[in-house]
Amino acid sequence: MLSIAERINGMFKDVREAIKNKDPKAIRELAIKQTEAGASFLDVNVGTATADPAGAMKWLIEVIQDTVKTPIAIDSQKFDVLKAGLSVIKNEVLINSSKGDPEELDKYMTIAKEYNASLMCLTMDKCGIPQDVERRMEIAMTIVEKAVEHEFELSKVYIDPVLFPINVDQKQPALMFDIFNQIKMISDPPPHRNVGLSNFSQGTKEKRLLARIFLTMGISYGLDAAVMDVLDKDLMDAAITAEIIMNQHVYSDSYLTACRK
Amino acid sequence: MEIPNLADKWSSGVNEITLGATKDNGGTRTKTITIGGSKCVPFMDFEGNPGHKPVVAMDICDVPPDDWSETMSKPFADVLNDPAQWAKKCVEQYGADMICLKLDGIHPDKGNKSAEQAVKTVKSVLAAVGVPLIIWGCEQDEKDNEVMPKVSQAAKGENCLMGIVSQNSYKTLTATCLADGHSLITMAPVDINIGKQINILVSEMDFPLNRIVMFQSTGALGYGLEYTYSIQERERLAALTGDKMMAMPVICDVGREAWRAKEAKSGDSEAPQWGSREERGPMWEAITAVSLLQSGVDIIRMQHPKAVAAVKKCIDRLY
Repeated sequence: MLSIAERINGMFKDVREAIKNKDPKAIRELAIKQTEAGASFLDVNVGTATADPAGAMKWLIEVIQDTVKTPIAIDSQKFDVLKAGLSVIKNEVLINSSKGDPEELDKYMTIAKEYNASLMCLTMDKCGIPQDVERRMEIAMTIVEKAVEHEFELSKVYIDPVLFPINVDQKQPALMFDIFNQIKMISDPPPHRNVGLSNFSQGTKEKRLLARIFLTMGISYGLDAAVMDVLDKDLMDAAITAEIIMNQHVYSDSYLTACRK
Repeated sequence: MEIPNLADKWSSGVNEITLGATKDNGGTRTKTITIGGSKCVPFMDFEGNPGHKPVVAMDICDVPPDDWSETMSKPFADVLNDPAQWAKKCVEQYGADMICLKLDGIHPDKGNKSAEQAVKTVKSVLAAVGVPLIIWGCEQDEKDNEVMPKVSQAAKGENCLMGIVSQNSYKTLTATCLADGHSLITMAPVDINIGKQINILVSEMDFPLNRIVMFQSTGALGYGLEYTYSIQERERLAALTGDKMMAMPVICDVGREAWRAKEAKSGDSEAPQWGSREERGPMWEAITAVSLLQSGVDIIRMQHPKAVAAVKKCIDRLY
């Protein structure tokens, strides 16, 4: 499971304050805690409160890189913020994210290749977020075609079919499983299959339970990456256990210990 | 038409371990052996670096074996009572890459030799040959836990490969090997889950993963070879896809297991239709070894010189 740790995000008060006061303490702590919890990537999102998002992105990345070696996911919809972030990256990096329009993909795949970055691609375009499986798969195909055209390694592509919060459209989550399955068969090697897990359960009363169950069900259909709360130990252990059940790791009585390492 | 390249890509590989220590590293070995390092399925070097060649460790014993057939004993008839000379013969005459000293004689039912006697034997073998040593207990936990720490201490600094530890008994030997700078063999009874578990248990004692060699009890040709094969194959695939607890090199006990088979040990008069034991026995051992090599093996324990020669030739041709 590729876990993209979501906590370094300007939407959270402690991160917002840290950015405002240029106080690295909270950021360092989050970087360490999320790394120890098993994060594959640390997502970095400056949020909306700062007047200088590009500067804030650079500062956050530099603080994190001074603290841990965990790869970073630069999370921004603004291209100049992304570029500012990439300019200071030292280790492996994931760009989060591009939309699925051909011209957007051209732009993002070009810069991703330049920085040897992985790329998250959303199955949405200028027409908006599709509501059905077919249209999402159409965009997924465009993403894969573009990757082939750009000679961009498919193992570095993450496709996110854009999961709606369950309390917004309850029909959507069940459609995802079919999509994970189909993306898995789209190419060899296939792109990764990602969801924004906290987004899915936000605003609900059983946030953690919903996230945990969706993740385990998703894994059984081929979900292999998620933007998620890695500090939720039950969620991380559920993911490991689902992968064990799907025979993705060799079982042993101490499989949790082995997989947490 | 262009033929597509279907070679698999592997993200990880088998750990590399150097066994034995020369004078520069605090030991007295004249050579060291490095095993592991493979980043592809055995003999598929177009998929990745095949790593180091598998090596042959020839078995010797602290007491003359009581269950060896005449065919098996004959090449060693002059040295069976002298482990040091026996080891020397294996290395100098038969080209053993390593020596596996099996301390059968300490077993309560097979002589019940003392720790002091075992230490004496180990020291004599270390003095007689310069190759790295595998020291294998009698597989009776209580006696091994009494003798092996003393043996380990006596060979301190030599970076021997010591075995074996199992899920039920691992703490004593693991701690000793850690203290004395040896490498360790973890054993599982033809069970991949237990194989992984024992590696986790040993690593939780802070034993470095890159000083462990895995052992799944070996099945000989006709006696469960396919079980051992499929488990070792799965272990190797897990190593290649990044499972750190399955990334250790593998050792097989081919000699003893092959020669336990009636097809290898029966005399010519017992089974005339099977052909001469002089040919049949070594062949049984060589075929067991060569078959298991395909599953991913780094050290093969062997006994008969003819089988050793055949297997070494095969390894050299394939690498």
